[in-house]
Amino acid sequence: MSWDWEFTQEIFPEILAAFFKFTLLLTFASAAVAIVLGLMLALGRRSQVKAISWPSYSVVEFVRSTPIPVQLFLVYFGLPEAGVRLSALTSAVIVFGIHYAAYMSEVYRAGIEAIPKGQWEASTALSLSPTRTWQAVVLPQVVRRVLPSMGNQIIALFKETPFAIVIGVQEMVTVARQNGAQQFQYLEPFTIAGLIFLVASYPTSVLMRKLEIRLGHA
Amino acid sequence: MPSAGDAIIRFEDVDKSFGNNVVLDKMNFSIAPGERVTLIGPSGSGKTTILRLLMTLEKITGGVIWVEGEPLTHERSGDKLKLASEKYLREKRRKIGMVFQQFNLFPNMKVLENITEAPISVLGKPKDEARKQGLELLGRVGLGDKAEAHPSQLSGGQQQRVAIARALAMEPDILLLDEVTSALDPELVADFLDVLRDIAETTDITMLIVTHEMHFARDVSHRIMMFDSGVIVEDGPPEKIFGEPDHDRTKKFLKAVLEDR
Repeated sequence: MSWDWEFTQEIFPEILAAFFKFTLLLTFASAAVAIVLGLMLALGRRSQVKAISWPSYSVVEFVRSTPIPVQLFLVYFGLPEAGVRLSALTSAVIVFGIHYAAYMSEVYRAGIEAIPKGQWEASTALSLSPTRTWQAVVLPQVVRRVLPSMGNQIIALFKETPFAIVIGVQEMVTVARQNGAQQFQYLEPFTIAGLIFLVASYPTSVLMRKLEIRLGHA
Repeated sequence: MPSAGDAIIRFEDVDKSFGNNVVLDKMNFSIAPGERVTLIGPSGSGKTTILRLLMTLEKITGGVIWVEGEPLTHERSGDKLKLASEKYLREKRRKIGMVFQQFNLFPNMKVLENITEAPISVLGKPKDEARKQGLELLGRVGLGDKAEAHPSQLSGGQQQRVAIARALAMEPDILLLDEVTSALDPELVADFLDVLRDIAETTDITMLIVTHEMHFARDVSHRIMMFDSGVIVEDGPPEKIFGEPDHDRTKKFLKAVLEDR
């Protein structure tokens, strides 16, 4: 077996295009869902109201106990049975978004619990409303604390996007496989896909580690 | 209708326990407006709990606390009293300010923002006015040049002065000082106490002070209350308590803390 440079040149642009068009889009859209929904789940779980805390708890536990491909099948093939038809990309964004929201909610939870009691007491002593306490005192400190773990979660999400292959999203690994299948030559397309992942995630991890050190968590 | 008379603070049969541990046992006392009272006694004697109950950081187990003639721990319901709701507490606690042992400044805000946050968001003060007041207060505690600094850039003594300014910005009628010098480096304590002394002498805020700085307590207080095991052992002017205390427990305690220095 030898490396076919001609083939490489031919398929590289297509794989790279799939990376930008679908893999990155899927990553960022899902991350946005996860960041917002994750906070809502974390706050929901803290609620005194059972009707809020219980569903939040259930979503987190369900999502963490089932594999992503199963969730993708459920949303993409299962929801149409209930009359909800979504595109493959939308389904993937929903699944990855909710899945990582569950993990993100645990990250937020740890961040919230790490806020010293004195911060809450000082807020009370100044008569700040609960909303204002969260908004002006707690959340800004939580975000600072969780930024590195949040970054690591997003890198993990990024590397799991190829699971979207099971519902046919044209993300990078799917496109790589299609290219390979045409000539039964898989070495080049998957190596390219792997290298693109490496080039994109390695510097990001390094950056996160630096951030972690700067924020004094390492 | 029960009345608290002229007292600004009145504890009426106040009990506080944590599980089986009784911290305050049927506590009764009153404090007059403008009075500066220092609570002394061994640790675990209930001094800090009194401040925390007044700041509504803890809930009483029995009795009623009155502030400015109104119940603090309860709200009126017809001519009866029922336990105060969170909403009622939020309204009532505005007149009370507290400075903590560990400063508890908000690290995500600059010094001036720490001071203006509550006046703007709670009292609805215009931003310019709150900033002006904040700068004045910073000047008063000797930190006029630190408005734009972050709390982490300040020494402990400086942070605690910001905390005082922050509490004063809410223009409280009652100020609670909970071991405010205990976390400071020894060489910073004197300077810090000068600031406090100045504030005590130039305002008529009622102050409840928990401290181990006996000289400061003697200088600044109108009255000393000696606590032990959740009860008031002795209560009187500083000359009396420090000069010729009636009780052995007070004598022993003072001997122990003064020898410690």
